Amino acid sequence: MKLVRSLMLLLCLSIVIAACGGEATPTAVPAPTTAAATPTTVSAAEATATVEVTAVAEVSPTVPTTTTTEPAGGSLVVYSGRSESLVAPLLELFTQETGIAVEVRYGDTAEMAAQILEEGDNSPADVFFGQDAGALGALSDRFVTLDRSLLNLVDPRFVSSEGTWVGASGRARVLVYNTDVLTSTDLPASILDLTKPEWKGRVAWAPTNGSLQAFVTALRVSQGEDVAKQWLEGMIANDVKVYESNSAIVKAVASGEVDTGLVNHYYLFALKKEQPDAKAANHYFGNGDIGSLVNVAGVGVLKTAKNPEAAQIFANYLLSDGAQLYFADKTNEYPLVAGIITNPAIKPLGEIITPNIDLSNLKDLQGTLELLQDVGAIQ
Amino acid sequence: MRFRSRRWSALFLTISAGLIALIMVLPVGYLLLRTSEAGSSAWAQLQRPSTLRVFTGSALLAITVTAGSLLIGLPLAWLTTRTNLPGARIWLTLIMLPMAIPSYIGAWAIIAVLGPRGLVQQWLEPLGVERLPEVYGFWGAAGALILFGYPYIVLNVRVALRKLDPALEEAARSLGQRSSQIFWRITLPQLRPALAAGSLLVILYALSDFGAVSLLRYNSFTRAIYLQYRASFDRTGAAVLSLLLVGLACGLLAAEALSRGRARYYRSSAGVSRQPKLVALGVWRWPALIFCAIVVVFAVVLPIVAIVAWLIIGLRAGQTWNLQLTDLANSLLAASLAALVTIILAFPVVFLAVRHPSRLTSLIERATYIGYALPGIVVALALVFWGANYLPWAYQTLGLLILAYAVRFLPQAIGSLRTSLLQINPRLEEAGRSLGQPAWRVVLSVTLPLLRPGIISGAALVFLSTLKELPATLLLGPTGFHTLATDIWNNTAELRFSQTALPALLLMVAAGASLALLLANERKT
Repeated sequence: MKLVRSLMLLLCLSIVIAACGGEATPTAVPAPTTAAATPTTVSAAEATATVEVTAVAEVSPTVPTTTTTEPAGGSLVVYSGRSESLVAPLLELFTQETGIAVEVRYGDTAEMAAQILEEGDNSPADVFFGQDAGALGALSDRFVTLDRSLLNLVDPRFVSSEGTWVGASGRARVLVYNTDVLTSTDLPASILDLTKPEWKGRVAWAPTNGSLQAFVTALRVSQGEDVAKQWLEGMIANDVKVYESNSAIVKAVASGEVDTGLVNHYYLFALKKEQPDAKAANHYFGNGDIGSLVNVAGVGVLKTAKNPEAAQIFANYLLSDGAQLYFADKTNEYPLVAGIITNPAIKPLGEIITPNIDLSNLKDLQGTLELLQDVGAIQ
Repeated sequence: MRFRSRRWSALFLTISAGLIALIMVLPVGYLLLRTSEAGSSAWAQLQRPSTLRVFTGSALLAITVTAGSLLIGLPLAWLTTRTNLPGARIWLTLIMLPMAIPSYIGAWAIIAVLGPRGLVQQWLEPLGVERLPEVYGFWGAAGALILFGYPYIVLNVRVALRKLDPALEEAARSLGQRSSQIFWRITLPQLRPALAAGSLLVILYALSDFGAVSLLRYNSFTRAIYLQYRASFDRTGAAVLSLLLVGLACGLLAAEALSRGRARYYRSSAGVSRQPKLVALGVWRWPALIFCAIVVVFAVVLPIVAIVAWLIIGLRAGQTWNLQLTDLANSLLAASLAALVTIILAFPVVFLAVRHPSRLTSLIERATYIGYALPGIVVALALVFWGANYLPWAYQTLGLLILAYAVRFLPQAIGSLRTSLLQINPRLEEAGRSLGQPAWRVVLSVTLPLLRPGIISGAALVFLSTLKELPATLLLGPTGFHTLATDIWNNTAELRFSQTALPALLLMVAAGASLALLLANERKT
């Protein structure tokens, strides 16, 4: 059978390629951001650049037959809803500092939360590192209560009220705008003003995106269903432009396709890495405005963890100075532990007066989704 | 004696095919379980006006995509199989490539090139074009899905065309029929099983795809299901919508079953079927070539242009890439294993349905199609549930991942094999058995060689689909098992579009090379 032969040939080929790839080049540490950290601080990227990072992806091409739990000594199993290029170098450092071997799975935060729920008591995961307070909140009853000493490192705004998860880095909601068309003085102090006639057809949003939905949830929680509904209807009546994601919005704003857009603050810096001269800037809404919500990426330790001690050590590590600096430098997010210097191009977290919202209450995404569907924001 | 062995083989086939069908309906079992926990909220979800809108919108999209895929796929299949089109084999490889492009990459490319401020607009700017019309919405999504869907038609129809008995067409010609009449009256009816199998794959694919509809902003079932997962971590809303989708798929499967009829598609008279003569295109060569070129430009060149543009942007920004050969190897390994396993699993199901047709056997065959209409994430989560709780020793191993691929893509193999087997006269097998050979020997020495076109097509379809598969790979792969598709996803999640360019190009090169290797087996014997 020639066909079987050619499939076998492909199989052999893949094994040969894997053998060549076994000497894979080390994972490239992306260049530090153009907006370099102030000289007074050591940027985390420089710290990691000196470490010889070996490719985490160096799996042998042979068929793995064991499950993810290793009998000898055991290693920490991390389910990461944050991407590999961000997390892998950090885990390398973690292993070097603590001697704890790590096995990490990557996926989408919401999908991984669903996966952990489906796995039930058989979940191989020890910790979940996700990038949305809503997903962390949904897993709240699968998490252990964390130590007070750990929870106290972070402003209570960014910690689960039940003490089941803790924020590790923050992301602020902003209005990104095209600098060819607008200057910062043209922009409104409140997100609620975007329904006014002068913004007709000039604002973009991503109603299917988790970050925007978290904001709408916050709007419902803080100002009631009616205000939220009126605002959504006002935006739609004002011909708001619909996009699929934050990154699509930032690209559209930079290219002049639309004047402004509602996004998280760090998307602009991701775009500027690729297009340093992109004509876009971030606008923060006024003090305490619901539009300047700060959401978190954070961590929880599972009750079913096979390595509870290692899991605790990992949670502590994410709040250590090194890790906090790393977040600030690598993703331009806000470190949540006091005393870490951030990228000067970004408005400091201390200057953002966030709305009075308990992030643990952002679980009711279902209600938000129903509202978005009812007003026709999501068809 | 002979009858007894036939009964035994039927029993054996029924048992194995039944088991396979059971595996295939695991996702449905999971959905029923989740929905039964929901109670009243499930009803509430059903009664929402948006649910009906999504239902009709999806059905409309799927039908449009299927019609468009037939219009493009049927001529392409005919041109590359039955005519002296210059460079037919190269064209064939090219027109199959869209299957290896993850639909979210394809949709990004469409937006980057044809979007309101895309590449084309920038070229036209000097001519005073400020904005291009919107690509978003129904027609954008339908257009993108047609570009990803027509290859299913091409491969399935090719299988049938390669085995058509030219004697029928020649007889018609000798009776004074014109070429066009021959095509409509003789050729097309013979292609019915192939067209049905291909259409079924396209229509179910259009229902289950997520990348294109989400980026081109058309609210289909899949998008609604994903939003539910994102929003309600209790997974019931998604389960209810998914069951509705299963219902829609069952309706389509029933409709296709009614259209099948009881026609025979193999040669029944004495003599041997010859290879059909190639049609000389003559002056029609040029329009044919232009047609192929247009399809290739939109379906292959356009995404590649967008990918290369990202690559250049990245190079300008001084980015470095590292070529992950391990991930390429993992992709090829997973795809070839999946193709092999899926073809093997398809055999008993197809043999049973074609050689022992009955209510039960066709039910078994259709059951295997249901999972194909479901979005990948639903199938993946279902297998997470069954795997983690009932097969913990197999959970997150390569074995279970390959099984997940098989569950997702089995219909692709079944469609091609079925088309092929229908054209083989069962008398041939009976002749073999009457010579005292055991059934399995007959299948190996008589049937398999004749089935070759179907096996190759089925393997190619599964191979290409596996290369780009994402949700099951992420959720069920062994820890640290990265493929080119997960590389692409990882970089898009990180917003580094220029970083996705390399794995995306590598994916297309790997797909093209593997496809050429598989098609090389199609040599006329």
